[in-house]
Amino acid sequence: MIEYIPFIAVVTMIFIGLYAVLFRRNLIKIVIGISIIESGVNLFLITLGYREGGVAPIFTSLPPGTTYPAGMVLPVPQALTLTSIVIGVAVLALMLSLVMHIYRKYGTLDVRKIRRLKE
Amino acid sequence: MSGMSKIVKTSVNILFPLTMIFGLYVIAHGHLTPGGGFQGGAIVASGCAMIVVAYGSKWVFKQIKEKRLSSFESIGGVGFITVALLGLVFSSVFFGNFLAGSNLLFGTTPATGSTGADFNTGGVLPLMNFAVGVKVIAGLFVIVLVMAYASSVKEWDT
Amino acid sequence: MNIIDVLIEQSPALIIAIPLLGAFLMPLVSRINSTVRNIFGLLVLCLTGFFVGILASDVLANGPRLYIFGAKDLAVPMVRILFEVDSMSIFMALITMVLAFITLIYSWSFMKDHDGLDKYYTLVLLLITSTLGMELTGDIFNFFVFLEISCIASCALIAFWISEGEALEAAFKYIVVSAIGALFVLFAIGLLYAQYNALNIATLANVLKYTFLDKIILVLLLVVLGMKAGLVPMHMWLPDSYGRAPPSVTLIIMGATLASFYGVLRVIFTLYGNVLSTTMRFSIPLNVLVGWILITLAIISIIVGVAMALVQSDFMRLIGFSAVAEVGYMFLAIGAGIAALGTPYATTALQGGILHLLNDALDIGLLFLVAGAVYYITKKRSLDDISGLARNMKYTTVFFVIGLLAVVGMPPLNGFASKFLIYESVYQLNPILSIVAILCSILMLAVFVKVFYAVFMGPELPAFKNVTEAPRSMLLAMGVVAALMIFIGLFPNLVIDALVKPAADALLNHAQYIGTVVGGV
Repeated sequence: MIEYIPFIAVVTMIFIGLYAVLFRRNLIKIVIGISIIESGVNLFLITLGYREGGVAPIFTSLPPGTTYPAGMVLPVPQALTLTSIVIGVAVLALMLSLVMHIYRKYGTLDVRKIRRLKE
Repeated sequence: MSGMSKIVKTSVNILFPLTMIFGLYVIAHGHLTPGGGFQGGAIVASGCAMIVVAYGSKWVFKQIKEKRLSSFESIGGVGFITVALLGLVFSSVFFGNFLAGSNLLFGTTPATGSTGADFNTGGVLPLMNFAVGVKVIAGLFVIVLVMAYASSVKEWDT
Repeated sequence: MNIIDVLIEQSPALIIAIPLLGAFLMPLVSRINSTVRNIFGLLVLCLTGFFVGILASDVLANGPRLYIFGAKDLAVPMVRILFEVDSMSIFMALITMVLAFITLIYSWSFMKDHDGLDKYYTLVLLLITSTLGMELTGDIFNFFVFLEISCIASCALIAFWISEGEALEAAFKYIVVSAIGALFVLFAIGLLYAQYNALNIATLANVLKYTFLDKIILVLLLVVLGMKAGLVPMHMWLPDSYGRAPPSVTLIIMGATLASFYGVLRVIFTLYGNVLSTTMRFSIPLNVLVGWILITLAIISIIVGVAMALVQSDFMRLIGFSAVAEVGYMFLAIGAGIAALGTPYATTALQGGILHLLNDALDIGLLFLVAGAVYYITKKRSLDDISGLARNMKYTTVFFVIGLLAVVGMPPLNGFASKFLIYESVYQLNPILSIVAILCSILMLAVFVKVFYAVFMGPELPAFKNVTEAPRSMLLAMGVVAALMIFIGLFPNLVIDALVKPAADALLNHAQYIGTVVGGV
């Protein structure tokens, strides 16, 4: 059971984020929702990379008694997560700057009042 | 955003150099310890954000121009690609690690096992970390600075 | 080994590296002056185009080519990033380069009076880099990274006219939709990695077993990439962003959209290629199921696109909706090709779809360029405010007529060749589909004839008495596109034999794609 908890957390986070994006009216809350989804996906990738008793794949300063490379973790999921975080920062900055401009333009953050584009 | 109280400014004066050193350490030791260009750059940039908060974005804007930060960001990006292209020239493959094992700069082959870390290893990785570090410091700082400045002025000249 | 061989061998990396270096150098070069900046941009694209060209000639002659980043050969645990270029990828890269050149030439005049152009050109080059990367990469995580870069660059370009509230709205809509979409792609990639311990498309395709998780992955990837390509239930961002982005960059944003379409093809034909025809779902083969789902969505796209285009009054938004319909035609052909996999007309349908990909880029691209020229001259978007421009803008009018005839599929223009292939092959699958597609094409003619009368014919408004023809670089860009369209329309066989057939064969022959990587270890 205990090993499933991270996955339950991942799914919960993704659904909380989707709820915020779909049902919140405030633009900032939508942005926060996207960040929560992103954290959920990152947590998923990190959970995939976890191996019990593994050490970081750095060849110097190994803890005494580790076998290498068998005792090391393959750092691909960590690399993926890191890339995803970097991209997330860029997307977040872009979204926030758009929100700032929208607030300047319309004087509100409510999505119901920002609907100049017709259907 | 205008400046904050004297207490905050003094604390920031003490904390800022420490943050800088820690961030630069993380960048420089990216090939030995967890961390690297982006992480260290983010630490340094958060130190800069601390200055923006304490002293106000208008004051910071007077000290450093946005355009200069942008060109630093470009230089970081160009440096990264140049190192990758040098790999193409010297080891005939893009991103090739031509310095590793060459006994030149960062070229020592590291010993494996429970040994201490040797800074002079890693080939092109430290160079790329420096380039990414410069880019991330400039990029994140300019984002924080421009956002703080834009939300503090009343009218925009769009 | 002579110099050309070395250049061909290195070109997959250089195709990405050169525009990326150009994008980073652009803010520094722009300091000098605007002429140097324009020439620098053209130089970067010429160099990239040269490498795409020599790579294309090699790939079409000798089959798929592999490029391994950072090492000379594959290590056994395949953690290296691979670029795998086959005929389909290089076909997409050629389309992207054509769109990139036209965008750049058109931008010289169109964006002349704006400031912040160093950032504009940086973003354009970044978008070109990411589009090329999506098309050439053989690594699914790398595909995600380039997808995200293209999202960020397109979003910033859509919001380039930042003083307009609508542009901000369109950009925000776009970034929310594509950020969530990209995160689900990442989730799917995580699921793939968890099961098969690989990120390489060929390696994954080799070991894919179609487990329960693989179904979820297929659904996630198809939904997200279909959305990014503009398929109907999630098409709403497309007319907004196409209609509000500066028309000069709409072309290259369309290139990124087509790269997502290429992603759909790659997922279905290569990643799920092994299991596509051998797996049964609900007692029908998987390919029939996937094919008919795509056909259904495609028909809805065509109908919705044309119907919504009929009621629009904004010129660029109208073209945006007709772009949705064109995407529907491509998905119709691909869906028919998948549903009837193995029959001769499936191959025809696939070729029609791939040729239509090129034609869609050129047709809709030309219409956007004309709409941009009209906006540049009149500063008006609404069809009600523009009238009688044909008297003073003769060339633009001619180009609009060419685009109009091509987009509805009239001979002798390029739209006819691909739409005829689509009708012919889809008719053999189910006649009703073909009839609906033809009827919608006729409705599209009605839409554009209405636009033609509103904008170019009709009484001359006093405000536009003294308007002049569009600037020379814009006319040059439109002329190049129109010439290409007429060429493809007159000699479709040349293009089909040289580019489209190899591309369709490369898609169907997934064993070769897999063997290039897996056999090479």
